[in-house]
Amino acid sequence: MARKSRKANRRHPLATVVLIAIGLVVTGGGYALLSSTTTATADTNASSQETIDEGKKLFAANCATCHGMSLEGTDDGPSLIGVGAAAVNFQVGTGRMPMAMQGPQAMQKPPQFTDEQTAAMAAYVASISPGPAIPDEKYLQADGDATNGGELFRINCAMCHNVAGAGGALTEGKFAPELKGVLPTHIFEAMLTGPQNMPVFNDDNLTPEDKRDIITYLKYIENNPSPGGFELGSLGPVAEGLFVWIFGLGAVIALMVWLTAKSN
Amino acid sequence: MTSTIERADAHPEAPVPVRKSGGFTAAAANYIEDRTSISGVVKEFGRKIFPDHWSFMLGEVALYSFIVIILTGSFLTFFFQASMVETVYDGSFVPLKGVEMSSAMESTLHISFDLRGGLLIRQIHHWAALLFIAAIGLHMLRVFFTGAFRKPRELNWVIGFLLFVLAMAEGFTGYSLPDDLLSGNGLRIIDGLIKGLPFVGTWISFLLFGGEFPGTDIVGRFYTLHILLLPALVVAFIALHLVFVVVHKHTQFAGAGRTEKNVIGYPILPVYAAKAGGFFFLVFGVIALMAAFFTINPIWNYGPYDPSPVSAGTQPDWYIGFADGALRLIPPGWEFVWLDHTWSFNIIVPVVALLALLGAVAVYPFVEGWVTGDKREHHILDRPRNAPTRTAIGAAGVTFYAALWAAASSDIMATHFQLSIEGVIHVVQAWAVLGPFLAYFITKRVCIGLMKKDHEILLHGYESGRIVRLPGGEYIEVHEPVDEYERWKLLDYEVYQPIMLRPNAEGKITAGMRLRARMSNWFFEDRIAPPTREQLEAGHGHETHGEIEKGPGLV
Ligand code: HEC
Ligand code: HEC
Repeated sequence: MARKSRKANRRHPLATVVLIAIGLVVTGGGYALLSSTTTATADTNASSQETIDEGKKLFAANCATCHGMSLEGTDDGPSLIGVGAAAVNFQVGTGRMPMAMQGPQAMQKPPQFTDEQTAAMAAYVASISPGPAIPDEKYLQADGDATNGGELFRINCAMCHNVAGAGGALTEGKFAPELKGVLPTHIFEAMLTGPQNMPVFNDDNLTPEDKRDIITYLKYIENNPSPGGFELGSLGPVAEGLFVWIFGLGAVIALMVWLTAKSN
Repeated sequence: MTSTIERADAHPEAPVPVRKSGGFTAAAANYIEDRTSISGVVKEFGRKIFPDHWSFMLGEVALYSFIVIILTGSFLTFFFQASMVETVYDGSFVPLKGVEMSSAMESTLHISFDLRGGLLIRQIHHWAALLFIAAIGLHMLRVFFTGAFRKPRELNWVIGFLLFVLAMAEGFTGYSLPDDLLSGNGLRIIDGLIKGLPFVGTWISFLLFGGEFPGTDIVGRFYTLHILLLPALVVAFIALHLVFVVVHKHTQFAGAGRTEKNVIGYPILPVYAAKAGGFFFLVFGVIALMAAFFTINPIWNYGPYDPSPVSAGTQPDWYIGFADGALRLIPPGWEFVWLDHTWSFNIIVPVVALLALLGAVAVYPFVEGWVTGDKREHHILDRPRNAPTRTAIGAAGVTFYAALWAAASSDIMATHFQLSIEGVIHVVQAWAVLGPFLAYFITKRVCIGLMKKDHEILLHGYESGRIVRLPGGEYIEVHEPVDEYERWKLLDYEVYQPIMLRPNAEGKITAGMRLRARMSNWFFEDRIAPPTREQLEAGHGHETHGEIEKGPGLV
């Protein structure tokens, strides 16, 4: 090897290092970009009158039919007094609000508002009456204790969301959604505000640090796919059983038919 | 390659004189032969004939998966600690670092993350187990629907059935060993099931778990069952099962030259053995591929067992699914207090129903034998359509089992098809109760329809799709006659008459006889006899149609 010319080497020893460096810069940069947008939302917590007015307009146009002109609620939607900026940011940011149709549970859709517009509405709702605020950046870095997060998740969340966050059924057509790909902000806010059938986990129940650990755990299992290979939706034995009957036994039967086929 | 006929009366030929030359192989063969006289056995066994049909290989798949299970299982025993002693995890899976867990869980995580090849072996072991039981199930269905369980093979059916039950027990004990959250939840359900039995429940539960659930004994106990007692039984029954297969010779489908007295196919040596040997590696390969690419039982997600959390979507492995489903299908409120005891009919009913289902499977050959009163040996298989009542019973059973199975995944169906879980359960409840009847009637009708079609084909040949205009202007479709081979297949089946109710030697008609006559009537009232020789000869050109022959109503 050593005697071969440099050019023949397919990869310079340093190439790996450079590759890793590039990878880190790209992901790091992307992350910075992403978190800078969330920081922007966080900043509007203490927002200018201008933003609040903008939010008021948006709210009146898109939300007031159901939630009332002064958040008092109507027959079609609950009162938003005291829900806080966190609830608005979660509901609008995940595309649940404005609600499209009555059903067992407000469904997620692609978000209909930009981050600025969402922040403005959040600021407006928070300005009328205080409530849980949009969480601080420092809890959203997924850099806490994954072990503690995992234990808390299994105890507090797995009965609805499944141990691997794959989601699960509740009564009457309601369900706890899959948690893959949910932004840290939204995970935090979901715990803080307890959307719909999810219980509220306030800061006495789960401290902000606990919430950070849960986020860390969820992000860990999301970013470290199973060492065992494809996860079959993390649905457990039902998926495994279906798989073995359809693909395992299917493949074996195909082989049997092939082996016993008349050779001509 | 031509196939060979094995005669029931074939005598082993006189031993061929051993040649003294031929290099190392011959020398080695001689050495072994001189000391074991094994050639007679090899020759006798090697000349066994195995007919060729893909469905005859399902049992082999089960056997080969079992070999894979034994190989990988032995590897796992080298590293698994069957102990519930608490330790603190310090392996390489970050989100569990520092968590207290049992040694069983800790060693399973060690196998999965820190032992070279360990995860692959674990996954091969588990996938092979799923395939093992699935292959047994399908093999049983094949044997059932072709009537291969009839005399002289009734006992072998029972042995096969015991293997199925043992395999489920093997699977369940294995599923419980890692002591993760999922397996603990599974055990908790079994514990509840046991405790729900009146009077004895609590005692049995305490006996099994060595005290209050979960205790610290269960993993060790299951381990003994899982690697010692159950495998020994499985091996013993497999051996017995195979001895019976050799003794009875293999069954075959009807066909030209095939009779109750011969077997047509390939001799085991060399063709069949080569195929079978190759097939073992193919099965192993399929399992290894599944294990290499698809996660199974990711215990690291589940975490160590702790009685408080239960995950959404907690299910048993597929082969226990029918039991879980039965529990889910019972409507609420079937529990009351009587005589100072709680009667949990929500548990007693499904347990009794499941035992009845399994019991019915076990004794079916004897029931059918009694009803038909047929004491002859059968080596030619039935085409399912030619035994409409049996096929319909089988279809009803499969439908019921499938309903229980579906019920076990009711929550997954609800989330994935955006249905309400109550709705899913109600539909499956209806399916479990009405489905079997529906399946019975539809299957029976379809079978009889197919028999009618065969009857037509035998008499008038196939519809060729060729329309010919006769000189008179009339159009007819030309029918092609069936060839001889096809005719064997279509013609070679038996028709039973319902048993006539006649007084026995003492001139009495007992209740048992009445029942038997009634069941026989139910079995055979709808039937289509194969056309007779005269009909066949007359059939070409005539317009006689196969009719359902209604048996004379009895009792
Ligand atoms: C079609 C009617 C409708 C519209 C339009 C609508 N909502 Fe809602 N909203 C609801 C209903 C109904 C709920 C209660 C959902 C539930 O709990 O099942 C709700 C819940 C909420 C909540 C959660 C309240 C809590 O207690 O946590 C917030 C926040 C919210 N809406 C904000 C908005 C905003 C902001 C908009 C405008 C962008 C909007 N909604 C538009 C019907 C509506
Ligand atoms: C009682 C069942 C229940 C429990 C317990 C529960 N959740 Fe939820 N969760 C829900 C339901 C139902 C929703 C859907 C709410 C909606 O659509 O508005 C939800 C939604 C969420 C979402 C939003 C998902 C998305 O796709 O936008 C997150 C994140 C979340 N839960 C995290 C958690 C965490 C973390 C815990 C534990 C601390 C937890 N949940 C405990 C039922 C539950």
